[in-house]
Amino acid sequence: MANENKKVIMLGNEAIARGAYEAGVKVSAAYPGTPSTEISEQIVKYKEDIYAEWSPNEKVAAEVAIGASVSGVRSMACMKHVGLNVAADPLYTASYMGVNGGLVFVVADDPGLYSSQNEQDTRMIGRAAQVPVLEPSDSMEAKEFMKAAFDISEQFDRPVILRTTTRLAHSQGLVELGSRAEIEDKPYVKNIQKTVMMPGNAKLRHVVIEKKNLELAEAANAHPINTVEMNDTAIGVITSGIPYQYVKEALPNASVLKLGMVNPLPKKMIAEFASKVEKLYIVEELDPVIEEQVRSWGIEAVGKEIFTIQGEYSANMLREAILGEKPEFPAPAKAPGRPPILCPGCPHRSVYYVLNKLKMHAAGDIGCYTLGAVAPLSVVDTTICMGASISSLHGMEKAKGKDYIKNWVAVIGDSTFLHTGVNSLMNMMYNKASGTVMILDNSTTGMTGHQDHAATGKTLLGEPTYAIDIPALCRAIGVKNVVEVNAFDIVKLEKVVKEETAKDEVSVIITKSPCVLLDKSKKPFYIAHEDKCKKCGMCMKPGCPAMTKNADGTVRIDDTMCTGCGLCETLCKFDAIELVKAGDR
Amino acid sequence: MAAKNIMIVGVGGQGTLLTSRILGGLAIAGGYDVKLSEVHGMAQRGGSVVTYVRYGEKVAEPIVEEGQADVIIAFERLEALRYSHFLKKDGVLIANDWRIDPMPVVIGAAEYPEGILEDLAKEHKVYTVNATEEAKKLGNPRVFNMIVLGIAAQHMDFTKEQWYDVIEKTVPLKTIEINKKAFDVGYVRRMMESEKEKTDD
Repeated sequence: MANENKKVIMLGNEAIARGAYEAGVKVSAAYPGTPSTEISEQIVKYKEDIYAEWSPNEKVAAEVAIGASVSGVRSMACMKHVGLNVAADPLYTASYMGVNGGLVFVVADDPGLYSSQNEQDTRMIGRAAQVPVLEPSDSMEAKEFMKAAFDISEQFDRPVILRTTTRLAHSQGLVELGSRAEIEDKPYVKNIQKTVMMPGNAKLRHVVIEKKNLELAEAANAHPINTVEMNDTAIGVITSGIPYQYVKEALPNASVLKLGMVNPLPKKMIAEFASKVEKLYIVEELDPVIEEQVRSWGIEAVGKEIFTIQGEYSANMLREAILGEKPEFPAPAKAPGRPPILCPGCPHRSVYYVLNKLKMHAAGDIGCYTLGAVAPLSVVDTTICMGASISSLHGMEKAKGKDYIKNWVAVIGDSTFLHTGVNSLMNMMYNKASGTVMILDNSTTGMTGHQDHAATGKTLLGEPTYAIDIPALCRAIGVKNVVEVNAFDIVKLEKVVKEETAKDEVSVIITKSPCVLLDKSKKPFYIAHEDKCKKCGMCMKPGCPAMTKNADGTVRIDDTMCTGCGLCETLCKFDAIELVKAGDR
Repeated sequence: MAAKNIMIVGVGGQGTLLTSRILGGLAIAGGYDVKLSEVHGMAQRGGSVVTYVRYGEKVAEPIVEEGQADVIIAFERLEALRYSHFLKKDGVLIANDWRIDPMPVVIGAAEYPEGILEDLAKEHKVYTVNATEEAKKLGNPRVFNMIVLGIAAQHMDFTKEQWYDVIEKTVPLKTIEINKKAFDVGYVRRMMESEKEKTDD
């Protein structure tokens, strides 16, 4: 690809994809997860040189990448922080195996929980799995560190984690493009001591990787990825990643040790830097990973006692904590909150309206439909992790008996069902459950921005492919009661939910209606006739954001938001809501 | 120059990401260092969203903090209010005079504040336009953000040609003309206002 040496603006995730291209990567696998999704979407641009796929989950993606590495090519897997939990099993053992072709896991943390269920710190997992962790601080570094990650991976025989955070992944900055490295495939030589991790081999590999880690820790002291900027020595800061930018903004005169490699740490370099500054601060978002190690070496430093373990940092926060300067600005205005909601026309709203009407509880899962937890729908009672809806409902039944869950269902999306939900459904059948699972099939991975999956019939590279038949899959597992309903047919849906939850057998109800955002065509919309409106409020019950109550209690529909789903018309008993064809505006 | 700090605030789905791509393109065309920070994922589903744009000789931090914004471009009134404390004392607010009720208001748990833009105008330089209605007149309510940008353009550091050029490169091919037309609506409107301000002085 041309464009070498050209400066362009790139999202952090786009720069990581470019870095993969320039590093000569040949295989990339991932499961979508904010804030990592765009990496794979951007890698598609390089599909002539890189094979890229959506795998059904992060464990599978990691194993695809490991296999590619064993065969001798540079390969990678991308995921969000909680995705690494799913992929932890292969990661910990890949760490013992080392690599043939370079192997990189790109893992995106989410300080501040913009789109996640927890705030875990991937650097901790890197340490636990004894895997090197690199952390870039802007788009340009994101690209360059990808190349460094592959070099380190091959030089030290380690899989490497490139850790990002939401602020890096979703910030754009200038990037100078380079050309793709022509990396020759490493020959595959059968060596089961390195690739068959049975106890006798793994025991020996553990010794080898401890040695390799020590070598890398020593090399880190002189590696150009870690840099020292000596300025005024009154304040010295050790930092890495995005917090480095806040340090530069708040403390332009301070001396800074910027760590590009956050595991293992360059002990000598840190000790030397600490000896040159009067007061040492350690600025790192989330867990005190650097701080605890530095202190364990007997080096005095200020850290989490003045900074926080939660959320994102900022320059203002550092000015206040370190310099005691309180920035001046007016108090935030009192404004009603605007939490995320299901979109106008979302098929999940219709499903939750019915479940709410029937006073059902739902064991929930990860996706847009998690938003069914909030008022006015208020149906979802639990959200834990991918696939947990089905298995946690099963746990409730085993704890309290089948009658206890007659007013419960599990709700899970199509992509999440294929991710790990299917295993939980197997468990229900195997262990004689009787619960009802609702698969809210909107034909896409919605929350992350509409990615294909194993049941959509299209690959990441845009090629048509076999689409898994979800109802047939459920039947193959042994579920006898598999019912498909249109999400917007609320009369039928209500009947089906009542029937299936009453049964003493496992049932799967599949509400098949595509995500409203998939169809980009101009849609019809509804108008409310104020003269016919009886102010009964029925149409407002599902909480559609396109609908507003006027001061007199009648209802108004925002024609720029309405997508013509028809739920409000179905609920209106007075013909006050009328469909207008698209274009008749 | 010191970095110029712009914020684009609105409701998820209103096109803040497209707008930030345009501002990023402009900063490059102007030869500046630039950083933008966006919101993807769950908040994009109808939640309050904010995009930060900073350009100048050298930009470190990718976000704009409280009290530091030179320009806030608000696509909705309540969001203008929510982020108003980010404005510098002499900062400018450009607001789409449009209301989208958040869920607490829809379900009656909170009230939508009245007179937001009027109140903000007492403290700050505020330019408002009902861009959504204006865009409907052009035949596509979705291009309202270009009308707001047309107004904002006169508080930033780029020529009209640069704006046109970047709009052409950023929006879908079929919508180039209507997007440019929408930009003109805001641009001309603000220019006339600014002429009037001069005569009034």
